[in-house]
Amino acid sequence: MPDQIVKPMELVCPAGTPAALRTAVDAGADTVYCGFRNETNARNFPGLNFSLKELQRGIQYASDHASNVLVAINTFAQAGKTDLWKKSIDDVAQSGAHAVILADFGMLDYAARTHPDLRLHLSVQAAAANADMVNYYASEFGVKRVVLPRVLTVQEISTINAEISCETEVFIFGGLCVMAEGRCALSSYCTGKSPNMNGVCSPPGDVSYEEHSDHLESSLSGITINQYPKGEAAAYPTLCKGRFESDGVTGYVFEDPVSLNAAHLLPALQKAGVTALKIEGRQRGKAYMAQVVSSFRKAVDALASGENVPLENLLAPLTEGQKSTKGSYQKTWR
Amino acid sequence: MNNKPELTLGPCLFNWPEAMWRDFYFRMADESDFDLIYIGEPVCSKRLPFRDSVLPDILERMESAGKKVVLSTLALVTTKPERKTLSGQCDQDEWMVEANDLTALAFLKGRKHVIGPYINLYNEDSIEALSKRGATRFVLPTELSAETASKLIKAAPDPVYELQVFGRLPLALSARCYHARLNKLSKDSCRFVCDQDLDGRDVNSLTGQPFLAVNGIQTMSYGSQLLLEELPDLAKMGIGAFRLSPHTGDMIAVAKIFRSLLAGEVEAIEARKAMEKEMPSHHFINGFVHGQAGMKQVAESLAV
Repeated sequence: MPDQIVKPMELVCPAGTPAALRTAVDAGADTVYCGFRNETNARNFPGLNFSLKELQRGIQYASDHASNVLVAINTFAQAGKTDLWKKSIDDVAQSGAHAVILADFGMLDYAARTHPDLRLHLSVQAAAANADMVNYYASEFGVKRVVLPRVLTVQEISTINAEISCETEVFIFGGLCVMAEGRCALSSYCTGKSPNMNGVCSPPGDVSYEEHSDHLESSLSGITINQYPKGEAAAYPTLCKGRFESDGVTGYVFEDPVSLNAAHLLPALQKAGVTALKIEGRQRGKAYMAQVVSSFRKAVDALASGENVPLENLLAPLTEGQKSTKGSYQKTWR
Repeated sequence: MNNKPELTLGPCLFNWPEAMWRDFYFRMADESDFDLIYIGEPVCSKRLPFRDSVLPDILERMESAGKKVVLSTLALVTTKPERKTLSGQCDQDEWMVEANDLTALAFLKGRKHVIGPYINLYNEDSIEALSKRGATRFVLPTELSAETASKLIKAAPDPVYELQVFGRLPLALSARCYHARLNKLSKDSCRFVCDQDLDGRDVNSLTGQPFLAVNGIQTMSYGSQLLLEELPDLAKMGIGAFRLSPHTGDMIAVAKIFRSLLAGEVEAIEARKAMEKEMPSHHFINGFVHGQAGMKQVAESLAV
């Protein structure tokens, strides 16, 4: 028997569809997050997301398997159209979902006033990056959990946890924003559409690829984002992960085309007092997600029971040959 | 709402050397006629010591010149020293503060303040919720269109709305310092290399298209916002203040161009010609306010 058994960190997994919700629950997710099929949701892609009825069924399925459902209403409400966001918050309050994830200051104010019993989580899009801001949201709106932005080191996360009374959730796997989330207008500068206004970043409709004699060129709204010599795999042209030139220096000025994998940091995150671990990717397929979730399930449980976890082997197949990074969690990233 | 719109000077976003920064604001105190001048360091806390050493002299000079001043605060607040700095800036009653990170609300405790362009404002509910907590003026976020701004102002007409009409636009903030990264330095030992680029460092695409600019942890537009033709419509829909963002070059001359346009002494086309002469290195853009890609220059009139 290990010396010390701690409560495993909660595994929070994405569900783009009702089927993906069941997959995540079956694979061992403690909690599943999803969104409505409308503009209130930052992954407002065709073929994804939930109607109210689908949400209710999903909540039933999750609850039968002792899992919780969170609903993300994580875009910023549009001027003159805030009724859609309010109605969606009302729906969550009546659905039996465990909590709603909000980013918009006005919508937090509305939810706290209108539904005092509704559990509120602060979205990463609200970019609460220090203990004072977390405590402010907790005291002002009764926020119970904050999803921390990916600008912090593990040490900083630990410091925040020591100074706050609410829970923290951190991203451990999937896409990675290089910029402070919810505060980035790069996509709208280039394409007119942004995460905050439209729930999209570097939208597919603005992407083009052009074959040249010795390279493939990817562009966004006519701006070259990258050039790939023959034989090099081309990544999606997310604009902050392109190759650029500045005063004679050529390369990935902002970030390489990498995804986040903080698996190796699970012990450090547990020690830092993190309550929940979040996996990104509501647009991902079921098979992939089942593999990611079950791998993290094993890792988190083993870690909590004090076992020595071979994190490297356990999670190696999941990055799909793509390069991964520990992101801002490691100070050298800066 | 029909009051004459104000002309304001936003905070300097670049790492100008201490003496240059001081002399710039001395000149603004002595010679400018801005209705409001924002002073402070919104971008990088490592630059703060250089600001703090000359700030008292600047504030004194502004005060004796009868200038109205707002203290601009950090836009990304994470570390303990940053929180302490912000707390000190907010917890006083002498100067009005521009909050650029919502952390400031925790320290302002209901004091009247300005909400800066780094805080998300997309709907009237947010305006009202922030007004209840002391905000009296809102600098609109960079990516907001005039159409959205118009809806906001109609739904929540009481506060003053301010919009940047000149200068490179702030687009993003990061934990990472791009100036350090481009110079193969770590953020902690950055040697303040951002002071080599007094208007930001250009970033081009691999096919040579000018695209962005980096300024420490901040990413900015390559293009420089210039709203001239749009001013009458913006004033009519209730934008109460037009902000110029400091660049090298003669900001007093830039302000004069805007003043004569606002006074109806020159036409927009003449003002544009004068601006091109005054700031020859700037590539002017106006897409965001037209609801289009921010990097564009749009010729049509505003759809509001």
